[in-house]
Amino acid sequence: MPEFKPVLLANVGKPESYTRKVYEQTGGYQALRKVLKTLSPKDVQEQTKSSGLRGRGGAGFPTGLKWTFLPKDHPGPIYFCLNADESEPGTFNNRILMEDDPHQVLEGLIISCFATNSAAAYFYMRCEYPLAYKRICQAVAECYEAGYLGKNILGSPYSLDIHVHRGAGAYICGEETGLIESLEGKRAWPRIKPPFPAVEGAFRKPTVVNNVETVACVKQIFDRGVDWFKSIGIPPDPNNPRDAGSYGPKLYCLSGHINKPGCYEAPLGITTTELIEKFGGGIWKGRKAKAAIPGGISMGLLKASEFHCKLDFNDPGKFGCLGLGTAAVVVMDETVRMVDFLLNSCRFFSHESCGQCTPCREGTSWATKMMTRIKHGKGRLKDLDLLLEIAENMGIMPGTTICGLADGAAWPMKNCIKKFRDELEIYIKSTNPSGWMETAAVPALQLLDIH
Amino acid sequence: MADKPSILTDEMIAEIKAFLPRYPSKQAVTLPALHIVNEKLRYVPLRAVVEIAQLLELHPSQVQDTLTFYGYFKQDAPAGRCRLWVCRSISCALRGGDELLDHLAHSLGVKPGETTADGRITLEYAECLGACEHAPCVLANEKLIPSVSHQQADEFVQTVK
Repeated sequence: MPEFKPVLLANVGKPESYTRKVYEQTGGYQALRKVLKTLSPKDVQEQTKSSGLRGRGGAGFPTGLKWTFLPKDHPGPIYFCLNADESEPGTFNNRILMEDDPHQVLEGLIISCFATNSAAAYFYMRCEYPLAYKRICQAVAECYEAGYLGKNILGSPYSLDIHVHRGAGAYICGEETGLIESLEGKRAWPRIKPPFPAVEGAFRKPTVVNNVETVACVKQIFDRGVDWFKSIGIPPDPNNPRDAGSYGPKLYCLSGHINKPGCYEAPLGITTTELIEKFGGGIWKGRKAKAAIPGGISMGLLKASEFHCKLDFNDPGKFGCLGLGTAAVVVMDETVRMVDFLLNSCRFFSHESCGQCTPCREGTSWATKMMTRIKHGKGRLKDLDLLLEIAENMGIMPGTTICGLADGAAWPMKNCIKKFRDELEIYIKSTNPSGWMETAAVPALQLLDIH
Repeated sequence: MADKPSILTDEMIAEIKAFLPRYPSKQAVTLPALHIVNEKLRYVPLRAVVEIAQLLELHPSQVQDTLTFYGYFKQDAPAGRCRLWVCRSISCALRGGDELLDHLAHSLGVKPGETTADGRITLEYAECLGACEHAPCVLANEKLIPSVSHQQADEFVQTVK
């Protein structure tokens, strides 16, 4: 197989890569011209569907299929929301694309809007990305100047406006219906589905929500073709009827105890070991790895002995992880105490729970209180079972919450307690020699800084 | 009774109104309006909430409800001239993010969320700033400071006017 060359990151690192001029020098906006001249929206939907492209934001839902859920012959307007609320701990690939190659994102977005007959696109970006915000706003202005946006794009009958909308520091806005509520000016409380956004979304109109990297892939598909896209990655697992395959290039974010942290592009299905060794230059300080998060903190944990796990949409599940998520790999070396990891994870989710569903609001909060108590030497063995009980009873999977935030909060708890129970028990016994066996209720420690 | 002078300036009102044509509902301009006011005043006092509500034809409680949901907007007092967000999520925590936050809290003499007495700096903790390749990282207003040592953090703090 010929060596894989980066496609999504091809422009990153070039001088002024964020300008339209530089983008057009390497064939930028040719895909858009071709699409508008030769294809119908339905063609674009069909080709995207047959490419096997799956959403890059975390859930991995097939993109073309999502588009076909829009009602047929709808009088409109249909809205497109670009999810640039990237906030999953460990994840920064969308930031790199928006800062260093904003036009690739916009070209993919315009093609995706054309495919879905969208009248307007809302580019929902988290507010902690000031440089990306500046670059995207500049790039949008350049698109209007060049006739890639506005009325009758490139002389075609299609018209589109893109509005950049900034978030205000809430992880839950990355959940698609939370994003829609936030866009509408409300608290970002996810909606009960159905109706799905494709039927009733932003401003009660049919709406598509896609991730930044997803639309960048759309642009590449219409530049290079469906066959090119399908030649990269991993076909569906014959033993898993629910696996739709993992095709195309993927941006992997590598951080933590690694020699060369960064965002790297590889075919879907690279193993964790390959990513760490080939791209990351190995574990820092000559140490050994202990564990890694496979795809953002909500996906759970891989032990070092599980690093042969392929980072595609199917394989992490075989190791008990929730999935590929955002493909953000965070590596922990042998010095990390899992009690610290789990407290950090619980603290994040209790801070970011939107508070709408009681099992999530209370579950994440109590998990943080218990982990804090354990960390400070007041833990009991019983607490591990209580933590598991919380984890198993909050989320979409047990059916107790509206959105998946609680499943994401539960997964690190389940994985960590299952895969590192011995270590957690030793920690509890050694830090609380007189009370670890206690089973009667104990008071929570004062917590000052979780919310 | 004469109206109290408006807390929203004509400039802010014009900026807010410029957002209206972008959305099919006025309520959707809530976050843009809060950002506009917050950029100018470094906080969004209740008076501004009431005036934003008037502009957008909402009940003030609707704007207040939205404001209090998001972690970004201060309401009781203006933030310092530099808002210093120290990331505490996992990638930064593995490389000393929590210790960096403790160090800054100690050297500035404030807790996260508080502003130094001279009004220069508001120290904040942040959940993942999305710059994990630069852990531990700090966002100082609009400037990302990558891979910050305690010494570099102290040096940066000195440069804030």
